[in-house]
Amino acid sequence: MPRYYLGVDVGSVSTDIAVLDSSMKIVDKIYLRTKGQPLKVISEGINQLQDKYDNSEIGAVGTTGSGRNLAGVILGADVIKNEITTHAVAAVHMIPDVKTVLEIGGQDSKIIIIRDGVAVDFAMNSVCAAGTGSFLDQQAARLEIPIEEFGEYALRAEAPVRIAGRCSVFAESDMIHKQQLGHDLPEIIAGLSAAMVRNYLNNLAKGKDIKGPIIFQGGVAANVGIKKAFEDELGIDVIVPENYNVMGAVGAAILAREEIARLKRKKTSFKGFEITDFNFKTTSFECDGCPNCCEIVNIYQDSQLIARWGAKCPRWEAV
Amino acid sequence: MKKITFPQMGDMKIGLKALFAELGFEVVVPPKISKKTLDLGVKYGPEFACLPLKINLGNFIEALEKGANVIVMGGGCGPCRFGYYAEVQRAILEDLGYCFEMIVLEPNLLRDYQHIKKILGNVSLKRLYNGLKLALYKIYMIDNIYKLVLATRALEKKKGEIDSLYSSFLKKIDQVSSLKKIKALKDEYQNKIKENINDYQRDERLIIGIVGEIYLVLEPFVNLNIEEKLGELGVIVKRDIYMSSWLSHFLHLGNEMRQIKKAAEDYLDSFVGGHGLDSIGNTVRYARVGYDGVIQLAPFTCMPEIISQTILPSVSKKEKIPVLSLFFDEHTGDAGLQTRIEAFVDLLMRKKIYDGKLLEKGINYA
Ligand code: SF4
Repeated sequence: MPRYYLGVDVGSVSTDIAVLDSSMKIVDKIYLRTKGQPLKVISEGINQLQDKYDNSEIGAVGTTGSGRNLAGVILGADVIKNEITTHAVAAVHMIPDVKTVLEIGGQDSKIIIIRDGVAVDFAMNSVCAAGTGSFLDQQAARLEIPIEEFGEYALRAEAPVRIAGRCSVFAESDMIHKQQLGHDLPEIIAGLSAAMVRNYLNNLAKGKDIKGPIIFQGGVAANVGIKKAFEDELGIDVIVPENYNVMGAVGAAILAREEIARLKRKKTSFKGFEITDFNFKTTSFECDGCPNCCEIVNIYQDSQLIARWGAKCPRWEAV
Repeated sequence: MKKITFPQMGDMKIGLKALFAELGFEVVVPPKISKKTLDLGVKYGPEFACLPLKINLGNFIEALEKGANVIVMGGGCGPCRFGYYAEVQRAILEDLGYCFEMIVLEPNLLRDYQHIKKILGNVSLKRLYNGLKLALYKIYMIDNIYKLVLATRALEKKKGEIDSLYSSFLKKIDQVSSLKKIKALKDEYQNKIKENINDYQRDERLIIGIVGEIYLVLEPFVNLNIEEKLGELGVIVKRDIYMSSWLSHFLHLGNEMRQIKKAAEDYLDSFVGGHGLDSIGNTVRYARVGYDGVIQLAPFTCMPEIISQTILPSVSKKEKIPVLSLFFDEHTGDAGLQTRIEAFVDLLMRKKIYDGKLLEKGINYA
């Protein structure tokens, strides 16, 4: 009997897996660093679940994140969804009357406006590093503070200094400057948090109708300093859900279940936990068929080609 | 021997090729826009110029390398940088050491005619008339069929069928040169396309209207094939920006512009250059006929479209239609675009179900 639903979110920084039971409660979650090796990390994550669950217990599988297509072909996903939709679905699942979702992950950030349980507007930023978790990681490393404590430091500040947060290069040099003027670390870190939030609101949230309840999710939601900076700036309480760092995976699992129900298909297309026994490999080459020089990517399961993408024309279509 | 070339923009090449061939000149069609074209344009174009200037420049370099020696480019006046592009491109190409002449067409038929005569020698008015008639007819018929492609991709019976019909239509229309044969081709392909769709799916499909800057709308290479991507996601696409509609406006045919101005009136009441006013007016019109959403396409730093982008949120709110604005430059990535449009389509679909538009018809997606 299928009793569990699997969601896999493959991002550039982290790969998250969530297992939901039939009442859509999270029973297992795995959070791994992708480290540029999504194939290996997906296998590793699935491997960790192998002993706990039986193939026949899995009712549906959904994938999301920038590596969603890759994860989808490897796992045999029932649904492959973009990360905006999965984050919105998960947020509504946690807090049904949520109106705004703030999400800051490792490599990108987004805002989703929700009304009556439906996303009505969104914006996504995948260019500017100043508003992402990677930048915070970098700064924590530079200041030699464990990233987990970064937020606590901010809370200790009495008067945050003002840091220019428009871009990561300026922010960093401004921080160094403020350090040299003799400001305390908590003050500087609080200033950085405020700058990051201002940057986020100015870029992503411009013209958007931000109303409560507000959910803050994604890896950076662990940072209490950023949460507080959002609350100060918006003047509304911000909720960080318990599973803030696997919301994409949760949304994917929910949508996968919906998909099976909608199509009244009996069985999931999940390939089974044995996939970890296979050897997955990605190869790529540059096509010389025309001046587009497309980079064609091949995904192999052992020696069998299971997917291919990257072409701008039908030349490489047949797998 | 004069060898004429021009910029690539969507399927415009077929019309222009017909025109200059009819006038008796050799035509060098620039190679299809590719990454190489873009790289050339980015390398030699000013960094802050918008994408169309850079791609055109790449087109010209590739065509000059193929032996072209006369460049025909659009010019004009109006509050947008486009009017000055030809001059900038001329200077860059001359600095690079190319030898060529340039005809800059302005919205002034008499002056254009004199200009053409000066560079190309005496072209009789009769011949020009015939050439224009043929070129315009091709352009109008191509747009006619492409409109159908946009409306039916999401309904095709066999994946990829509509696009392959369209490309074979383009190949054939490029080769014929009588109005009668063009008309026959159009009729033939119109029927073929209609035979290849599942019409019963129409009610479950979303309709998205496209607005924005004309080059970005018409050229699939720069908009990263967004219309095809939307078709694959099951979306019926509608728009009013076509080469033919631009020509109709230019030739004062029809009253489309009046309707657009009227629709935009509550939000924007003056010409802001390019198609900025159209973007507002058409969004209002699309909302009022019940389309599900609107996507605005424009090059990064495009002044007219930035103006409309700042007005669109209030149009979206008052007219109750979701709008997604997408600005493109040479760094725009395919993956990010795909994520945004998938998310937008999901948003519209869930809204459509929530609003009951689909539930009434008994289709339950949730
Ligand atoms: S895949 Fe197609 S478009 Fe890409 S380089 Fe090869 S021939 Fe050109």
